Amino acid sequence: MPGASGADDRASDSADRLLELAELSVSFETPTGPFVAVDRVSFEIRRGEKFALVGESGSGKTLTALALLGLAGDARVEGRVTLAGRELSSLSQQQMRGVRGKEIAMIFQEPMTALNPLFSIGDQIGETLMLHEGASRIAARARAVELLELTGVPEPQRRVHSYPHELSGGQRQRAMIAMALACQPALLVADEPTTALDVTIQRQIVELLDDLQRRIGMAVLLISHDLPLVRRFADRVGVMRAGKLVEVAPTEQLFEAPADPYTRRLIDSRPRRSLAPVAADAPELLRGEGVGCRFWFKSGWFGRKPFDAVRDVDLSLARGETLGIVGESGSGKTTLGMTLLRLASGDPSGQIHFGGERLDTLSQSALRPVRRRMQVVFQDPYNSLSPRMTIEQIVGEGVSLHQPELSDTLRRESIVEMLQEVGLDANALSRYPHEFSGGQRQRIAIARAAILRPELMLLDEPTSALDVSVQQQVLELLGALQRRLGLSYLFITHDLAVIRAMAHRVLVMKDGRVVETGETEALFSSPQADYTRQLVSAING
Amino acid sequence: MSAPPSSLSPMRRAWRRFRTDRRGWWSLWIFVALVGLSLCAELISNDRPIVAHYNGKTFFPLFANYPETSFGGDFATQTDYLDPFIREQLARPGNWAIYPLNAYRFDTINYFSPSPNPAPPSAVNWLGTDDRGRDVLARLIYGFRVSVLFGLALTAIGVVIGLITGAVQGYFGGKTDLILQRFIEVWGSMPELYLLLIFASLFEPGVLILLVILSLFGWMGLSDYVRAEFLRNRNLEYVTAARALGLSSSQIIRRHVLPNSLTPVIAFLPFRMSGAILALTSLDFLGLGVPPSTASLGELLAQGKANLDAWWITLTTFTVLVGTLMLLIFIGEALRNALDTRRG
Repeated sequence: MPGASGADDRASDSADRLLELAELSVSFETPTGPFVAVDRVSFEIRRGEKFALVGESGSGKTLTALALLGLAGDARVEGRVTLAGRELSSLSQQQMRGVRGKEIAMIFQEPMTALNPLFSIGDQIGETLMLHEGASRIAARARAVELLELTGVPEPQRRVHSYPHELSGGQRQRAMIAMALACQPALLVADEPTTALDVTIQRQIVELLDDLQRRIGMAVLLISHDLPLVRRFADRVGVMRAGKLVEVAPTEQLFEAPADPYTRRLIDSRPRRSLAPVAADAPELLRGEGVGCRFWFKSGWFGRKPFDAVRDVDLSLARGETLGIVGESGSGKTTLGMTLLRLASGDPSGQIHFGGERLDTLSQSALRPVRRRMQVVFQDPYNSLSPRMTIEQIVGEGVSLHQPELSDTLRRESIVEMLQEVGLDANALSRYPHEFSGGQRQRIAIARAAILRPELMLLDEPTSALDVSVQQQVLELLGALQRRLGLSYLFITHDLAVIRAMAHRVLVMKDGRVVETGETEALFSSPQADYTRQLVSAING
Repeated sequence: MSAPPSSLSPMRRAWRRFRTDRRGWWSLWIFVALVGLSLCAELISNDRPIVAHYNGKTFFPLFANYPETSFGGDFATQTDYLDPFIREQLARPGNWAIYPLNAYRFDTINYFSPSPNPAPPSAVNWLGTDDRGRDVLARLIYGFRVSVLFGLALTAIGVVIGLITGAVQGYFGGKTDLILQRFIEVWGSMPELYLLLIFASLFEPGVLILLVILSLFGWMGLSDYVRAEFLRNRNLEYVTAARALGLSSSQIIRRHVLPNSLTPVIAFLPFRMSGAILALTSLDFLGLGVPPSTASLGELLAQGKANLDAWWITLTTFTVLVGTLMLLIFIGEALRNALDTRRG
């Protein structure tokens, strides 16, 4: 796909140029002096071109887009932005309002919060039309139906009256795109349009954008951290790092022969498989038979309706093995993990055997001594550490609980040793979580779990909140810990690339049931169930 | 953007932010100083000398009672140190006495006042007297002390009850929450003022009974805040992580949930205190509060209303009351901003 529109053609004259950024800088005033978030970024986007900005979180890519729309808030914006020969940076806020939505439209990452929940989507699409083109209510409504049809929302006549909460995530993103397209903008800015969506839907949205771009001929500025997606979609790519644009190149050239070392690191940071094989005679550590978890919802005045988040799951996990649990959001994979560890809040069912013991019949207090042997690491490193405790207290809490006989010095020694093992300094001891980056926090969370020398670790999306380069480091750490301590992992994730690198066996879940289970490579190369096939094809492109 | 050189706990950082708010910082110190001074009210404003030396003997009238005969008087009764005769005796050569700054207690009636009551401010009574001849300045000092101590006690009781009920509701949720919430709704709909009227007629009015009745109703607002914080915090992953470590419920509440739920409690302390002071003042003003012999700002305001021409009563009481409430509000504002994690 890329290269088809002749992106490497350098003979672009000024008429061909749609958007031009010259030395754009965005800075914030902070108590410690100005902080430059975007530093003299210059690039151009031609008419009908698909341009992508990639970079890790905090690299300034979203801020660049907001600044060119004049939406950077109270930040100081310097430099020049030219749209089709007209200088945007000199326009007043009122004139900018005429540009936004009409000439440049934007779609956001989270379609739920970007749509107003109090208005039907027809009203929200029509609003732009009535505002910019003076369309009547009826004309706007008719056009909204057309746009919904164009963006592939089923039953547009009915959906035009729907409210955002009545649509699925994918449909909401389609409605957002319809809204952005209402005035046929020359440039569409798409800020992480697929990040909040499930993989199968991600693919549909990217295809939709691709298709619309070709039909309408608008230019697209895609902002993303997802490199495979960018590679599939964009004509040209700009790489941002710490507010600076480090490299701009046509897509193929950038991916095949990156000029900048940072770009190379970014491209190379896809998860790599480095698994120790499980011994054939490895004893079984965890076995679940007919595991289920039921939640109750209110219905009517006094009635309750059951909802089975997990139904009838059988699984087994050997010592030293990693079992990957994959599935889309809402498929029950986290609930399954929590149920197996007896941490779920619903009504559990089925039998859980852990190291020869029945877990499902133990009371919560009888469970407490067993807890040391099974630990959890969560997705969000910002919520999983108590903000008011020092790292020593956080990591040491479990130690003082399960090994109260240790003296303070011995406990501190073991904490320091553990921190070094996860790649942190001893001077982290007296510091607080807010002083650490996301990747470091995840290391602390891993240290808190691993210091108890557990046999089983439940990893619930441990790398999903992290940047790609950090993600790879954390995965390597997890692999090293497994080899050294002989840990068994239950690895929950929606990211198939990660699971392919990390898991010995995979269990695919959909709607609370197991769809398919098997050896990782076999499952990826020849998926049996339809659903698995769909998932696998979504990442293979 | 560089990391701070040393690690500060979130509370220490909030304290540091609080200190940069000059208005709140100074308000806190002025308030603390005023409370400290009012706690030594007996030394500042009293109708007895602190130490007296008479005919070679030393007396401590502040701490002991001496009959008038000790100072050359005629009667074996309690000495009135405001009596010009006694003053004269103590001023004789060889005798001396150290008087407090203001020569009246809150309940001293100056029988030797040169002007009728209520007397305007003069060299004898710096802020005048009320309609019973009691010194206004003395009543203000003691009234401020009663108000602040009452406010502190009411706030402390409210915080303890509110924290416990809020924590129980928020952490356990479900049925416990449901039952306690309904109880709070029923309890909160009781007519507080009527109950006060009834109790005021049933019991001997006093500070203690007021404290009990106001405490019975004063904890509900706070309990709602604590409950909401607990509901939010107990679902955060560090609480699940603590459960996975094997901690018991009480350990989790104490170490993980409670410290992270205290922000609204602390931010509201000064406002709750100013509310408590105002409540006491209003009740006293209406005559439902402390008995008339106790020094009280509300009672002074009521006197001011009854004697509109005695401007010194209303004006001075009003100034003290507004000053106190303003200091508390400034402290509260600064605390709230300091604890707001969305700032610096």
